[in-house]
Amino acid sequence: MATTDLEQLAKQSGLTTRKPRSLWADAWRRLRFSITARIGMVIGTIIILTALLAPIVDPYDPTLDSDLDNARQPPSAQHIMGTDRLGRDIFRRIVHGASLSLSVGVVAVLTAGVAGTVLGLISGYFGGATDMIIMRVMDILLAFPSMLLAIAIVAVRGNGLFNTIIAISVVGIPGYARLVRSMVLTLREQDFILAARMVGVRTPVIIFRHILPNSLSPIIVSATMGIGGAILSAAALGFLGLGAQPPAPEWGAMISDGVPFLRQNPHMVFFPGMAIMLTVLGFNLLGDGLRDALDPQMRT
Amino acid sequence: MPVVLEVRNLETCFHTQDGIVHAVNGVSFSLAEGETLGVVGESGCGKSVTMLSVMGLIPRPPGKIVSGEAIFGNYDLLKISEKELRSIRGAQISMIFQDPMTSLNPVLTIGDQLREPLETHLKMTPEQSKATAVELLKMVGIPDGAQRLNNYPFQFSGGMRQRVMIAMALACSPKILIADEPTTALDVTIQAQIVDLVKKLRETLGMAIIWITHDLGVIAGLAHRVMVMYAGYVVERAPVEELYDNPLHPYTRGLLGSLPRVDIQSDADLVNIEGMPPDLLQKPVGCPFAPRCKWAFNRCLAENPTLVDLGGHEVACWWDINGGKPRHV
Repeated sequence: MATTDLEQLAKQSGLTTRKPRSLWADAWRRLRFSITARIGMVIGTIIILTALLAPIVDPYDPTLDSDLDNARQPPSAQHIMGTDRLGRDIFRRIVHGASLSLSVGVVAVLTAGVAGTVLGLISGYFGGATDMIIMRVMDILLAFPSMLLAIAIVAVRGNGLFNTIIAISVVGIPGYARLVRSMVLTLREQDFILAARMVGVRTPVIIFRHILPNSLSPIIVSATMGIGGAILSAAALGFLGLGAQPPAPEWGAMISDGVPFLRQNPHMVFFPGMAIMLTVLGFNLLGDGLRDALDPQMRT
Repeated sequence: MPVVLEVRNLETCFHTQDGIVHAVNGVSFSLAEGETLGVVGESGCGKSVTMLSVMGLIPRPPGKIVSGEAIFGNYDLLKISEKELRSIRGAQISMIFQDPMTSLNPVLTIGDQLREPLETHLKMTPEQSKATAVELLKMVGIPDGAQRLNNYPFQFSGGMRQRVMIAMALACSPKILIADEPTTALDVTIQAQIVDLVKKLRETLGMAIIWITHDLGVIAGLAHRVMVMYAGYVVERAPVEELYDNPLHPYTRGLLGSLPRVDIQSDADLVNIEGMPPDLLQKPVGCPFAPRCKWAFNRCLAENPTLVDLGGHEVACWWDINGGKPRHV
């Protein structure tokens, strides 16, 4: 056919069409060029790898190796972050604690994100009494200071990592519900939703196939930043003694452990604190970068 | 010709903060198989709302269909359940919209959207629907369909998007295609292309068309009959040539007078209709057009004229514009 000849010719002369990039490929490209996002990705990757590899590379039980002779040692070549009041190596505990913090963060955000998104979609699309009831419940949840609510939930259900996750999830739901609802309110008035209804598409399909993907980028941004927030909340609950229980190497609990020795041995608070701060910073930077990358107004 | 859609006395209103807006006030019309009915009128005179009411696509609340019936086959479209309506929409009655730039979902590929009616109504498998979608694109003049299915709407121009919309609407070979100002957002060249395309498809597929527009020029070469609407009422209805040659309603005269003609040599200025369409918050006592009408007299302000059939040409006006005297009905 003549077309193939033309294509050949076009190739020889360097006249080729550029393959169109999808939204996600485009976003990924922008993400890579953003310095903040890169820092975020590096930190995030380190944390995730640490969490995944720690038990494989260094299979030891970080809860049980107390060595009271070497308690509260400052950082040294042997213990690069020093030891805690039971003589346990702080670096190892931080490394092994990464999976705790990360799983709390990810699981809590996933649960809150999915629940909040579904509620927001239903609330925004159907409106009326459904919307009224869902959003008033969300308002009630929001009326409590979130930390206080989380503490109350843990207090009722008992201490522990699982209940921490539940508490942080519940506290996170209203944020997603509101975000998604506001997106849906504008989206459902769009012509393409009318067009989809015109074609006879069923309501659940409209909600999940036509509306949800259009509101996905702010949800992704919010969830990424939410991971940092959830880790922080988990650490706060741990610090208060309500989260993961000792001897689990939870970062908040480790800080709490070190507080009585703040003057003499600040490293006991400093290193877990740094771990929390860097992790949260990493996810926030990544979220910031994602926001810029996924903003359709910035497509170039 | 057998009638495919019969709408009787349709009345739709919207409950707003300012009060009840009477958008459609007792509209009746019928549509024969294969016929093209043009619906013209200014913005906000109830053209789109009439059609959306028939399709059950009025947002409820605030919209409410007060009365009327829309007989399509054995169904009254205004009474049947949403589920039954859904099986008709897109399959037997389809609609295309004004702005092709916003009527396609930006995050789904053209293929995803084109295959939706096929898989919803005709229960096609993905392979079948893909093949059919390529055929549909070919039918509306988009070559290279197999590649194009993977494109996103932003990779299409306005005219091509409208072609895609038409392909979507015609995917299940509907009996009726409702076109709600499908060329308004397009430039003149593309408008002509779209009109030609619809004409060609009408010949091959034989569907009836309701073409909503405020552009009398577009409708002249397309419609068999034209229905003029004003303030939610049908004010005139006639076969297309008759309407252009012999407009009987002052509003239709005004619309035609505001239209540039290239087919006749004329130095006459274009005339505009003074004033604005009435506020539909109150149902007018008299003729809704009376405040803007040069011919209005006492009776026009007191009584709303009903549509009278003058031998295939219907008009709702107290004034016999050709005879220069009041009409006694």
